[in-house]
Amino acid sequence: MYVAVKGGEKAIENSQKLLAEERRGDPKVPDISLDQIREQMSLAVDRVMTEGSLYDPELAALAIKQARGDLQEAIFLLRAYRTTLPRFGDSEPIDTAAMSVRRRISATYKDLPGGQVLGPSFDYTHRLLDFALAAGDTRPAAEIADAPVENGMPRVTDILNHEGLIETEQPDGDDAPVFDLTRNSPRYPADRAARLQNLARGDEGFLLALGYSTQRGYGNNHPFAGEIRMGEVTVEFAPEEIGFPIEIGEITVTECQMINQFKGSASQPPQFTQGYGLTFGHGERKAMSMALVDRALRAREFDEPIDAPAQDEEFVMAHSDNVEASGFVQHLKLPHYVDFQAELVTVRALRKAFEQQTGDDVPDAAE
Amino acid sequence: MADVIDHPNRTAGSDGRATDARTATGYNFAYLDEQTKRMIRRAILKGVAVPGYQVPFGSREMPLPYGWGTGGIQVTAAVIGPDDTLKVIDQGADDTTNAVNIRSFFAKTAGVATTERTPEASVIQTRHRIPETPLTEEQILVYQVPIPEPLRWLEPREAETRKMHALEEYGAMHVSLYEDIAKFGRITKSYNYPVRVNGRYVMSPSPIPKFDNPKMDRMPALQLFGAGREKRIYAVPPYAEVKSLDFEDHPFTIESWEQCCALCGAEDSYLDEVVTDDKGGKMYVCSDSDYCEQRRAAGHRGDGGDPSYAARHEIPTDRTADGDAS
Repeated sequence: MYVAVKGGEKAIENSQKLLAEERRGDPKVPDISLDQIREQMSLAVDRVMTEGSLYDPELAALAIKQARGDLQEAIFLLRAYRTTLPRFGDSEPIDTAAMSVRRRISATYKDLPGGQVLGPSFDYTHRLLDFALAAGDTRPAAEIADAPVENGMPRVTDILNHEGLIETEQPDGDDAPVFDLTRNSPRYPADRAARLQNLARGDEGFLLALGYSTQRGYGNNHPFAGEIRMGEVTVEFAPEEIGFPIEIGEITVTECQMINQFKGSASQPPQFTQGYGLTFGHGERKAMSMALVDRALRAREFDEPIDAPAQDEEFVMAHSDNVEASGFVQHLKLPHYVDFQAELVTVRALRKAFEQQTGDDVPDAAE
Repeated sequence: MADVIDHPNRTAGSDGRATDARTATGYNFAYLDEQTKRMIRRAILKGVAVPGYQVPFGSREMPLPYGWGTGGIQVTAAVIGPDDTLKVIDQGADDTTNAVNIRSFFAKTAGVATTERTPEASVIQTRHRIPETPLTEEQILVYQVPIPEPLRWLEPREAETRKMHALEEYGAMHVSLYEDIAKFGRITKSYNYPVRVNGRYVMSPSPIPKFDNPKMDRMPALQLFGAGREKRIYAVPPYAEVKSLDFEDHPFTIESWEQCCALCGAEDSYLDEVVTDDKGGKMYVCSDSDYCEQRRAAGHRGDGGDPSYAARHEIPTDRTADGDAS
């Protein structure tokens, strides 16, 4: 039988088997467990949960294992699972002021109520490969402080707000419907809630580059890291049958509030404005990038000229999602014989017309 | 589905209710839940009522990558029933990787009968081709669409293109076709050639070769288009007029070949070029593998292209003595 047309099914089956074998690697090396991934690759788990829009460390660890450590593939796996889950309703908004803080830093004040809490961070390490780790980790656990970290630290933006120096975030009404980007197609212009959902799911690398571009003059808005905090918050849900909110669990989040200069407009006094970023788990780089891009995307609101990619809502929202982007870029691997054939026919016809016009043989492109 | 991910905490014992809701197969008929299917059907109905108009819909994340037919899969999932027979083609062929994947997806999640024979299928999902065998009123053709917006190459912004459609502002499209004629003496668009549906909306036929455009016009079958990543559905109802854009002095034409199919000798089908050696050798075969097979089963033979290649691959040809033997 003619080989180019037949045999796809069997070939696919074999490819899948080979993939499973490659994923496992050398069978003499012990199989990695989900516990190991969750505990020792926790930042990978956090990223997969954030961009996968599903808070579930076990499933994220499974996705990472199945994806052979390819985090974008793991995000895709988690998303595809998430889409099948039933929706029970919207939770109450989380209160990050009531967070059990593990890390909290501000770049705008030297000291502030609650203090600077460094917590676990790469920021203060020397990036030297630690060869002792290669031999196995025998480090003692960190010491426990004499007194616990203060509860209920005020946010830096609340401190600024006492003077009216910063715009206040106006919550939607309690009964206002929550827009869900995963159930509705985006419409432009989009409101901030839709934009923030998009950024929260957006690719960390894409947002990092866009946020960086604003710092280098493409839509600059003079940011200060007002506050970055990471820790545990409770999630509350009000089932219709009960009528009041009950605690359903606790999640780890990282929040970043950027404070940006604003010179005021005809209708608004000069004051600081905000960009907001939030991730599941510990994701400072993503939260900060998100906050920069969120602020840049508010250009229209503040009558700022829109001339940089990070300020362009349709550009950012349509290209931030790595599951969409990865799929469409890689779909180029799919057969395009038919379209290519159509192009071949056209190019040959054009060359023939060219030959007739000039009376010359068209040289081969290779010559 | 054997490869369904079951949550480690949701297996029997730890949470009985969740286990009950998600059985071993785990997923609803044709994967999507009924609510989602209803939402998609509403979008399809709107699309049928306003032929060629791109209806935004709440596209779901599918277990196949975006750009690999997620829109078509969602449309198929919304219209398919247990009694349907599904055919899936990619580039005209049933056995290409994408087609195999999607066919096995529905065989697994919906348990429907599948076929490679065009006349036997009630739902045909396609990427980049329309079958050569004419379709009937009993059939639905579902297209996988990468970029549903025909004006996208002229205007990247959705906010703008929606306005252009609303105002029937299609001058830019005609200008771009005219620019081709001014530069090259002909319209060089060879696939994804824009059409106007029912005299109103300019529509992307998806990246089918323009060879297939005339088949869309007044087709007895319902044509549905799904773009998952771009979250749009559109439709052409049966027997609706689909006109490829052109000019009076530059009428729309389709591709033609000097050769016929090397396998079945067809002169009327869209041909793929197959490279047979590294010295410029090639042969032409039907892109529609089922059409080619039907013709060969009926005893038709091509010339087999390069004789040595034909011999090596045991291709029966009109030159072989027993060419008509099956």
